[in-house]
This record gives sequence, structure tokens and C-alpha cells, in this order.
Amino acid sequence: MLNNNFSKEHELYLKAVKRRKTAVIIVQILILIIFFLQWELTARYKIVDPFLVSQPSRMIKFMGKLYSEGMLFRHIWVTCYETIIGFLLGTIVGTLIAIILWWSDFICKVLDPYLVVLNALPKIALGPILIFWVGNGKTAIILIALTISLIVTIISVLTGFKEVDEDKIKLLKTFGASKSQILRYVVFPSSIPTMISALKINVGLSYVGVIVGEFLVAKEGLGFLIVFGGQVAQLDMVMLSIIILSISAYLMYEAVALLEKKFTVWRS
Amino acid sequence: MAKLIIENLSMIYHTIEAETKAVDNLSLEVLDGEFLSIIGPSGCGKSTLLSVIAGLLQPSSGRVLLDDMEITKPCSKVGYMLQRDHLFEWRNIFSNITLGLEIQRKCSKESLLKIERMLEKYGLSGFKNYYPHQLSGGMRQRVALIRTLAIDPDILLLDEPFAALDYQTKLAVSEEVYKIIKQEGKTALMVTHDISEAIALSDRVAVLSKRPAKLKNIYDIKLSVENRTPLKSREAPEFRHYFNAIWKELDIHVE
Ligand SMILES: Nc1ncnc2c1ncn2[C@@H]1O[C@H](COP(=O)(O)OP(=O)(O)O)[C@@H](O)[C@H]1O
Ligand SMILES: [Mg+2]
Repeated sequence: MLNNNFSKEHELYLKAVKRRKTAVIIVQILILIIFFLQWELTARYKIVDPFLVSQPSRMIKFMGKLYSEGMLFRHIWVTCYETIIGFLLGTIVGTLIAIILWWSDFICKVLDPYLVVLNALPKIALGPILIFWVGNGKTAIILIALTISLIVTIISVLTGFKEVDEDKIKLLKTFGASKSQILRYVVFPSSIPTMISALKINVGLSYVGVIVGEFLVAKEGLGFLIVFGGQVAQLDMVMLSIIILSISAYLMYEAVALLEKKFTVWRS
Repeated sequence: MAKLIIENLSMIYHTIEAETKAVDNLSLEVLDGEFLSIIGPSGCGKSTLLSVIAGLLQPSSGRVLLDDMEITKPCSKVGYMLQRDHLFEWRNIFSNITLGLEIQRKCSKESLLKIERMLEKYGLSGFKNYYPHQLSGGMRQRVALIRTLAIDPDILLLDEPFAALDYQTKLAVSEEVYKIIKQEGKTALMVTHDISEAIALSDRVAVLSKRPAKLKNIYDIKLSVENRTPLKSREAPEFRHYFNAIWKELDIHVE
């Protein structure tokens, strides 16, 4: 419980902790600044070839150009949209399948080897088939993202379900709970932490799926910019897209972390 | 009058590797309003017995009667308290207590009011909105008891309810739990492997053999103390006498 009448020693301790935290952040920012500064300078003085590695100032110029054409946010939005949809679908469908497997031990046992094989398969290999089936476009990209995260979701959510304390289930049974009540009252809520860590992994996986999908078929999006930039030898375009991609992936990860905080308040 | 009758109960577990007989032809009666303890070595089949009584397991043979009705599935007349409190961390204290009512869809105004009164009476009303991790082990066990009492059972089954607590807390909590059970006028059947705990709380103590559990003997605990509570019982002159007798009966080998 909170106590605001700290002793002198405790206040010193808190100050030290805070100072350390500030120091970490300052160094983190410094690293970023130094990295981009040396990049800019070494490129400007031709120590490295700006044609091969690009240059921050040229990237900014290119970003301005994209923005004035109204395409900057369009590309970012397309990639984020495909990722979010693929990610949500992977999570929802994966959780539903995990529920079915939890419900029926028989189905779970039957499907077990298939899950193992599908999990081992590099899902990207399915890309061309999916494109062949649903055509060149967003649907194919979303489906690729979905297949990449789906199996991992099923496996990790199911593991979470099965790790639920047997005695907690017994407790509910003594109240006469049905199977769906057991799912609703204990299995699902106590697996939320596992599910959220699955979500965190899924954000990364969905990005992989979307970028690969865009490499294969897209006419817009960050993955398209990367491939296209490579083809027309525009490294500014490639580098800029990669940096924007990292930032948006990071933001989405943070959004999930925020969700985690919200759903686990009871842990404090 | 017998509240609960256990008749020639046997229970066999089947697994691929083996067949384990956990309970062997056990008969026992629990009288209305009494506190009966069952004591036996670990692994002898005590929890199995309680699970059968609670209707969670089907016995291999024999039957269990509660108020002359055979128990075949969990029913709200039987309250079960497990060794650990198993409060749900994601629910606050109040909604932990209403859990049983929610599952049985009996969350009426009166039942909620009754819970409020119980919380008040047992010094927990200030903690209604707390989460389990904010409570001490003893308090959590009290909450677990009230959660069991909330569905208004006729008989309480307690499976080593204090085993997870440290010694001092155990003394304090068993005192409180005993008082609550007596105040609510419930019949109680407690399983334990702690001899002094069994004597301190019970009107009768049934001693079981090693696995498979068979009834060896029943002791009527008569202590010369007034207004009996577990702590007072421990000071009764007869306490040691019962302790020694049960110790011998349990036949524990000291190596
Ligand atoms: N689900 C089960 N399947 C097979 N054997 C079991 C199962 N549950 C308990 N047993 C066995 O039955 C015996 C009695 O167990 P239990 O009733 O839990 O003992 P106690 O509560 O007295 O310690 C033990 O030997 C245990 O290994
Ligand atoms: Mg046990």
C-alpha cells in the first residue's frame, strides 16, 4: 500500500532510481542521434557510397516528396491495415480453434500430428498457392499473414488452456459448473496472460506475412516500396520504408503491451 | 440423526499402468451439526473420499446418502473447501464470493444481501473491492470459506483446509473457521493428516488405514473445557491422551 511519508534514506533511494532511469533514456537517444549523424556525414564526405546505403537527408527529402504526392500515409496505412486485419483474424480464429481442441480431447489427439507438421512448415511457402486461389491483392496478403500467425496462436493458446490449475476447475465443478461455464469462468480468464504474450509474438509474425505478401503481389504498401525501390535502385525509398516499418511495428507492439496492462490490473 | 451416510464405499482408479484401489469398503455416518474429522496418512485416499461425497467422482461400488438422497452429481447442498483457497486473482473479493451463486444462477438480491451480512460479521466488508493478492493467507482462507457458505450448503467438506498455512496462521485461522462454521450451524466433514488439528476441532475423529482407505477406529472427543474452541481444546487435559491414542492407531513409523 502507498505510503507517502518516506524516510530520508528512502527518498535518496528513489532519487537514485530515477537518475538511473533518466541516464538510460539519454544514452538511448544519444545512440540514435549518433547513428544518424555518422550516417549523414560519412555519406556526405563519400566515405561510404550514398548510392548503396542512402543518406538521412535524402530520405527526408524523399519522404517530403511522397507526402506532397499524398502517398506517404497511404502506403503506411495499407501495410498497417493489412497487418492489423491479419493479426486480429489470426488471433480470433486461432483462439476459436484452440477452444474446440480444448473442448474435445478426441479432436485434439487426432489433430495433434497435423498441427506439428503445419507448425514446422515455413508458411511463406503457401504464398503462391494462396495468391493463385484468391488473386493478386489485399486478400492474399492478409491470408499470408493469417497463416503465419494462426498455428502459433492455436498452439500457445491451447497450452495456456491446459496449464490452468486442475484444482480451480475442480472448485467450479463442486459448484456444478458446466463445461462452457468452466471455459468462461476460469480457463479463459486465467489464460489471458498467455494469450497476450501470443499476441505480442503475432504482431511480429503478421508483419512478416504482410511484407512477404506485398513483395509478392502488392501495388502499394511499405513492402511494395521496399521491393520497388530495390528494383529501380532507389535506396532512399528502401531505407525510409524500413525505418517507417520499424516504427510502426514498434508502436503496434506497444499498443498490445498497453492492452496487457489493462487486462492484468488485478496483478498490480 | 445422521446427515450423511457413506455405505460400503469402494473406489478404484484405472490408469494405463495400474489399477489403484483408493477406498476400500468404507462405511461412516456424519451426524447433523457435528464436526467430524477424518485422519489418515498422506495418499491413503482421503481426497478421493471427499470427491466421491461431493459427487465429482462415481464410486466403484457403494453409495453416499445426504438426507437420505443418493448423491450422484455435484449439488448445492454440499460445500467443498479445498486445501488452497484458489481465489481467482482477476476477480475482486466480492465477486470471488459470488462465484458459486453466479454459476448456479442464484444471484438474487437476498443472497447478495446475505453475503454482505456475512462479510460484515466476519470482518471482511472493508476488503470487498480488494483483489486476492492484497490479502493475507489467513484472510484469503476466510474468504474461501465464505465463498463456500454463500451457496448455503447443508454440509461442508474441508480438504486439509489449513495445510498451506504456516503454524501460527493455522492456529488463528482454524479458530476463526471453526467459529464461523458453528455460528452458521453447519455440519462439517474435515480431512487432515494433522492429529492435533483433528482433535482440536472435532466432535469425532475417524482414523483411516494406509491405502486403500479403510475405517480403523472412531474416537469420540470429549474434552473438559467450557465453550469449546480449537485453542481452548488444545489446553484440555485429555488432549494428550487422544493424541497418543490416535498416534498409535495411525501406526506411523519413525525412522
Ligand atoms: N485421478 C487419479 N488417477 C489415478 N490414481 C489416483 C488419482 N487420484 C488419486 N490417485 C491415487 O489414489 C491414492 C489416494 O489419493 P488421494 O485420495 O489424493 O489421497 P490423500 O488425499 O489421502 O492424500 C493415491 O495413491 C493416488 O496416487
Ligand atoms: Mg489429499
